[in-house]
Amino acid sequence: MTAPLLELRNLSTHYVSASGTRVVRAVDDVSLTMNARDTLGIVGESGSGKSTLALTMLRVLPPAARIVGGQMLLEGEDLVAKSEEEMRKVRGKRIAMILQDPMASLNPLFSIGDQVGEPLRQHEGASRASAWKKAIGLLKAVRIPAPESRVTQYPHEMSGGMRQRIVGAIGISCEPRLLIADEPTTSLDLTIQAQYLNLLRDLQQDYGLGLIFITHNLGIVAKMCNLLAVMYAGRVVESGPVSTVFNAPAHPYTAALLHSIPRMTERRERLSAIDGQPPDMSALPKGCAFAARCPRVFDRCRQEEPPVFTPSPGQTARCWLAEGTR
Amino acid sequence: MSVVLEVDRVSKHFQARSGFFGGDRRVVRAVDNVSFSIEEGTSLGVVGESGCGKSTTAKLVLGLEDPSAGAIRFEGKDLVGMDAAGRRHYRKSVQAVFQDPYASLSPRMRIGAIIAEPLITNEKHSADTVRARVLEMLDLVGLPARSADLFPHEFSGGQRQRIAIARALALSPRLIVLDEPVSALDVSIRAQILNLLRDVQDRLGVSYLFIAHDLAAVAHMSQTIIVMYLGKIVESGEARALARTPMHPYTAALFSASLPDHPDDRREEIILSGEVPSPMNPPTGCHFHPRCPRAMARCAQEAPTLREIDGRRVACHLFD
Amino acid sequence: MRALRSVRAWLRDAPAIPFLILGLIAFAAVFADFLAPHDPQFGKLSERFLPPFWIERGSTAHIFGTDHLGRDVLSRLIFGARVSMVVGFTAVIVSGVVGTTLGIVSGYLGSWADQIIMRVTDAWLALPALTFAIFLAAIVGPSEMNIVIILAAVYWTRYARIVRGEVLSLKEREFVRLAIVAGCSKWTIMRRHILPNVINSSIVLATLMLGIVIVTEASLSFLGVGVPPPKPAWGVMLADGKQGLMVGHWWLTVMPGTCIMLMVLAANLLGDWLRVKLDPQLRQL
Repeated sequence: MTAPLLELRNLSTHYVSASGTRVVRAVDDVSLTMNARDTLGIVGESGSGKSTLALTMLRVLPPAARIVGGQMLLEGEDLVAKSEEEMRKVRGKRIAMILQDPMASLNPLFSIGDQVGEPLRQHEGASRASAWKKAIGLLKAVRIPAPESRVTQYPHEMSGGMRQRIVGAIGISCEPRLLIADEPTTSLDLTIQAQYLNLLRDLQQDYGLGLIFITHNLGIVAKMCNLLAVMYAGRVVESGPVSTVFNAPAHPYTAALLHSIPRMTERRERLSAIDGQPPDMSALPKGCAFAARCPRVFDRCRQEEPPVFTPSPGQTARCWLAEGTR
Repeated sequence: MSVVLEVDRVSKHFQARSGFFGGDRRVVRAVDNVSFSIEEGTSLGVVGESGCGKSTTAKLVLGLEDPSAGAIRFEGKDLVGMDAAGRRHYRKSVQAVFQDPYASLSPRMRIGAIIAEPLITNEKHSADTVRARVLEMLDLVGLPARSADLFPHEFSGGQRQRIAIARALALSPRLIVLDEPVSALDVSIRAQILNLLRDVQDRLGVSYLFIAHDLAAVAHMSQTIIVMYLGKIVESGEARALARTPMHPYTAALFSASLPDHPDDRREEIILSGEVPSPMNPPTGCHFHPRCPRAMARCAQEAPTLREIDGRRVACHLFD
Repeated sequence: MRALRSVRAWLRDAPAIPFLILGLIAFAAVFADFLAPHDPQFGKLSERFLPPFWIERGSTAHIFGTDHLGRDVLSRLIFGARVSMVVGFTAVIVSGVVGTTLGIVSGYLGSWADQIIMRVTDAWLALPALTFAIFLAAIVGPSEMNIVIILAAVYWTRYARIVRGEVLSLKEREFVRLAIVAGCSKWTIMRRHILPNVINSSIVLATLMLGIVIVTEASLSFLGVGVPPPKPAWGVMLADGKQGLMVGHWWLTVMPGTCIMLMVLAANLLGDWLRVKLDPQLRQL
């Protein structure tokens, strides 16, 4: 059996303040596995550590953050052990990332052809002319009409949806194995978002990509993903196949998230909201971080941190309620 | 039930200048011949994509813009030509909550002063009465009394949105314009705020004009929904019926494009081609025809009018 | 007590040098009458052109030497600090208040008010500041009061420009729109919602302008259209001493020159620090 596309083993990334007194465990003891053609949704609220996890996977962390433990195996090779030089050959080439804001991701001073072709020139030593030629093909792949004329244009001449496609084209330019999309659609209109998600799904099929969505939107997970990991306070509190988790969530946080979404077709008088606020990441309580907001909390939750349990095959949960299913 | 607000064939046109000396003038019809009414204690949802005119509609209702044509009637009286007392009464009766909880509270004012501002500005009260009212409002939105002496930066996004709601409620308004009130909030906080808005409506009987791009939230909150496209209403009707069986092709595409709430929820996918055209230069005939999967020859020539069909209003030649 | 502690916490990373320099100059200005060893306006003609004490012929009676009328240079520098401080700070405050007010009005009201104020500002900024100041000085005549008015009249436009820009972005913020919905009048909004949010920028700008204003004051005095002569302004001292440069009386120009330089340097350092100190707060708002 070949190694999975990506396997995270007990990965931890911490932020340490300048004085060294405050430690924020932004990513703590995260283990996940995905194969090629899998689509993994990493879901969490702001401050849950999902974006730090994405940055960790590319090893583009801000100076205050450090990977303090664990392994990231990309097709069996540990990325944590790689030197910065070797990592440069991984970024853009084997793992690519699409950022939230399509406008900020494009440099207004360079033509579309130059920007789409840049990773090719960087990683494959392509000449400017051949990179442009390939760029035209890539724009066609992301279904931009008249790509021959578009390559000479600049970002400000494009609409928002078009720019998002160009960012996608840059992402796939070196035919990466894994594409990470960080909140890829938040600024898009609904019909444009639908177009874009469809495009990503087609690209995944055409290129055999592994796809990771970093999002707070469970709808995107329901529509696009087959695997799901829910993050809370830096930890993956539940993970597993999407249909399993949606139908039988093992962690009360996941359950509460699923019940807090308004539904179009059924009329419910009240949504079941989660009370309180997310915890302060630099002063996490003892025991389970969700205990203070959990509707099913009991004494043990406040004392001991729950380990990872396996309520059903492929599903994991960090919750004492799942104990005995290990 | 009595009608609180009636928007009657209202249009808002902007002059857009281009060309070297601004000589090339164009009219942007941000809102074009829009009519709706809101009844006491109910919510009206407005949905649509960027450039559809929903924000301009909100501004018109709030009196931040004046309509170019048509009438906005509050409790039966036209806003245009209202006397000063009427205007004052309107100002007090219509409040707003906006999207960004970080931008909607004055950063250098204490929470107590923020909530009291509409009260102090519009009515004469003693300091004690104002303070009591502020505490009452804080209690209503579920914040502790000591919040009154703190500054906005000491609160999280969800708490700030509660403060914004408390402020909007301070004058006991009859209508609150909610412009994307939860879209900047985290998922677990959204439900809190939507529930709070619901509770407030049940207790105080206030009406909402709810504007959002999250269709599920709008459908959850509203009795009636209006769908807008490039300044015009394309369809309106009872919320759940409209969500379940959309009539206008655009409504259908919009609801099909909204994200499912369960992986087993496989709905028919209608992927529209292209993007919303610029409101500066809208297509002829029906504005939607270049993207419409069911467009006919007639759609390019003739703009459909909004007509009543089965208790709904639809503007589409398919139903002629 | 708590206020004192918060002030101290706020000043913790304050730079020492500018505070030291400005403190020293302010001290000299306030206590000039006690500190100055001699009368700054009268000297003995028999003691003309005495050099500083460390040079031959110099004496500790006149530490920094004397000028062409036998007046003590140190005493004149100390009293000159008073002129620079009073003129500099008043001019900065007056121009700051005028510029900030007009900037807010211009940015918030827009339309014709904005047109008028900004066209005037454009015209103002097109004129070279010093030439303009000389022109004004020639009209109103030299006096300390007039210098303040001239400097304020020349420099208010800088505040107006920057403040207006900030107001333009502030007035699109939702809290301003909500204030309109709440029924606040335009003046209330400008005072209660706009002013507190632009005041920091004005303070930073004022600190940076302090240096410019002091140099301009010195230049005007140097050119003889500033503080009228018997008064010991640093610019006047420079002008009086310039003849002496050729014949080796360097202290008459170097001493006031150094004072001007130190004060401008201190003002700029202080401004840079304040900008960093106040700006991140502004951004995060």
